[in-house]
Amino acid sequence: MTSDTATPAPKRSLPSMSLLGPVIALLVLIAIGASLNSNFLGAANITNVLARSAFIGIIAVGMTFVITAGGLDLSVGSMAAFIAGLMILVMNAALPTLGIGVPIILLGMVVAIVAGIVAGLINGFLITALGIEAFIVTLGTMGIYRSLVTWLADGGTLSLDFGLRTFYRPVYFDGILGISWPIIVFALVVILGEILMSFARFGRHCAATGSNEHVAHYSNVDVNRTRLLTYAMLGLLVGVATIMYVPRLGSASASTGLLWELEAIAAVIIGGTVLKGGFGRVWGTVIGVLILSLIDNILNLTDFVSPYLNGAIQGVIIILAVILQREAKAKG
Amino acid sequence: MGDAVTTPPTLALRDVRKSFGPIEVLHGVDLELRAGEVLALIGENGAGKSTTMKILAGYQGATSGRILLDGEEVTFASLHDGEEAGIVMIHQEFNIAEQLTVEQNIFLGRELRRGWLLDKKKMRQLTRDYLDRVNCDVDPNARVSTLSNSDKQMVEIAKALSRDARILIMDEPTAVLTAQETDVLFDQVRALKKAGTAILFTSHKLGEVAEIADQVTILRDGSVVHDGPAAEVSEDEMATAMVGRDVSDLFPDKPDTPPGEVMMRVEGLTVPGYAEDIGFELRRGEILGIAGLIGSGRTEAMEGLCGLRPASARLVEIGGKAADIRRPKDARDHGLCYLTEDRKLRGLLLGMGLRVNLTLQALDRFGGFLIDKAAEERALDAAIEAFDIRAGQRDVAVGNLSGGNQQKLLLAKVMQTEPSILIVDEPTRGIDIGTKQQIYAYLRNLAAQGHGIVMISSEMQEVIGLSDRVMVMRSGRSAGILSGDEIGEDAIVRRAMGVGADMNGKVA
Repeated sequence: MTSDTATPAPKRSLPSMSLLGPVIALLVLIAIGASLNSNFLGAANITNVLARSAFIGIIAVGMTFVITAGGLDLSVGSMAAFIAGLMILVMNAALPTLGIGVPIILLGMVVAIVAGIVAGLINGFLITALGIEAFIVTLGTMGIYRSLVTWLADGGTLSLDFGLRTFYRPVYFDGILGISWPIIVFALVVILGEILMSFARFGRHCAATGSNEHVAHYSNVDVNRTRLLTYAMLGLLVGVATIMYVPRLGSASASTGLLWELEAIAAVIIGGTVLKGGFGRVWGTVIGVLILSLIDNILNLTDFVSPYLNGAIQGVIIILAVILQREAKAKG
Repeated sequence: MGDAVTTPPTLALRDVRKSFGPIEVLHGVDLELRAGEVLALIGENGAGKSTTMKILAGYQGATSGRILLDGEEVTFASLHDGEEAGIVMIHQEFNIAEQLTVEQNIFLGRELRRGWLLDKKKMRQLTRDYLDRVNCDVDPNARVSTLSNSDKQMVEIAKALSRDARILIMDEPTAVLTAQETDVLFDQVRALKKAGTAILFTSHKLGEVAEIADQVTILRDGSVVHDGPAAEVSEDEMATAMVGRDVSDLFPDKPDTPPGEVMMRVEGLTVPGYAEDIGFELRRGEILGIAGLIGSGRTEAMEGLCGLRPASARLVEIGGKAADIRRPKDARDHGLCYLTEDRKLRGLLLGMGLRVNLTLQALDRFGGFLIDKAAEERALDAAIEAFDIRAGQRDVAVGNLSGGNQQKLLLAKVMQTEPSILIVDEPTRGIDIGTKQQIYAYLRNLAAQGHGIVMISSEMQEVIGLSDRVMVMRSGRSAGILSGDEIGEDAIVRRAMGVGADMNGKVA
């Protein structure tokens, strides 16, 4: 009778600009790239961009869940470096007994995945059970893992045994039907992530937790369990990304995975996931990752701007993305 | 009042219309505020009160029509213009910085200075003065986040005093206040009135309107349906004008038949720091009211019972079997469900749509690992129909719904868990009388269908009008259970206060 008239200006819950913005930005970048360099749309370059996007992309999908549930994880870059170091050490150590073959690769993969899950659980436990701010916990573990890998490498570089490296290489460089493994794994992670986020109970619980944890608690959502799971899942995905990354260079050092956390978080935010939590979009994150990679790629293919300024441009884009998000919200 | 009518209005609206997009929400509102008068603006949720107030205070512009300040037409380009003209609005949702101190809040944006530095001494002293005027003894140095709701309200009023408001607009100022604090507020309102301030306020409590208002303007569906001296209209007439139908039968009849078997037995329920040794029985088909002062541990005891906060009990028996409830999920497994008193912070995800909110508590009923969205939509259709939820568009964010519709959605949400025992906490707080009537009827009907209902309420009328039995709580303990003809205001207040205690405490 009266009530519906009170609703000021029927708003849609999601402003369309935040939906379209990243897509338009991506299309503009592709257009710019194509007009600047004829090789840009070639299969080789596209494969290159996607394969390089895969590491950050796989991690960013996990980060989407963490941020949607109201958390943050700054430790992923260091974690990846540490896991890579650990993997290399274990594989080198097992070489005399297992020899070069599939079993040793599988051992390395298991090590990476277990280490990732454990590292994620440690972050999650400190944040949920002890109630410490996610920012502080992961800032701490970021320092710890970075220091551990430096220590393991004794300040230098941990290198995979040369024979092993040759055997392991195809995991990064080969694939099926000309599509390399990192791209395939990235695609699978994205599809599973999108299903989990948009169609499964877990995604709904993440959004509810990030939106208002009190409401979630009063609605029978196990808030701590949900958060813990997001960190464990992110750890797992860092492990997966590392499995793809190690065969590329075959080594790990103090500078492995440097600033990956920045790129992963940036991709998530550019993709339209709300930094404060409560709303997340896995496909948006994919677009965010592609935007970041394309900028890097365009800078490398052209010589207008030095590729060394890539970080600065990424920084500007992150800030712009947040401003656009806020504007869209204010107009909403 | 005779001479008051001859003075020109300090602030007036003439044929003001307001549209949001294609929807017109105010259809030509006329309103007059005079110096030294209190105007009560009443109406159901969604009648257009908030919009009217925002236009008066300069928060929003009118689509058409005129705003007259001292007889001169004005347009407020911004909130600041409104404040310049001496109009201060106090919001229902507090507009104070939680992390600043009381003093910093009162002088926020207008800090007194001596040279380059803040004149802290003078601000401290003035703050003390303002707080004294509203009988509020909080420390000017206290962080606002540490204050109770009622103290926050008083700080808001002190802030308005510090701005020398000529026109004070208050949006439901008493919603979060206890009876005693309301008295303090009204004393202050009378003092301001005497000093020549024009005051407009809204309230859902018609008793307060009769007590404090000189003039009453009643809105329904964006139009003024009544306007005149408060003395000439009874509370019943106000309610009827607001709703547009007779609401004298606010409460459904209590059943003649005795309630059924015991559904739940609780003994020795203790919530550390809040409640101790609470025991009661709940029978099939009855509504058990829980009365008591604010802070008597009612909410905490029931939250403890439902596993929402740490608690222990000697015995909790549901359906004749012992129940061990440690987490909200355990409560749900036993068919027990709690509806929170705080729909905005604990009940609903304000940024999300109706569907997501409706099914959140019982998501496992809608598909397995993957959510069956079609089933959710069907549930929403059914809930909109059953609870008469008026949302306009289905994908609207729940925060944009009126309070009454939010409350109905919250009730629909907890009912998705199909509880046999429902505990409702302040089920009608801050909602209009028409919606109240609907909720009372719904609860009574639910009881008649064989559910057991526990209702915590601070509204005496509601406790008396709806409960079959009433447990009164005082300082975390049960102060007795009343039934039948024993249920009355006097008996409840005596127990809530402690017999023989002085009667100046806060009865809520």
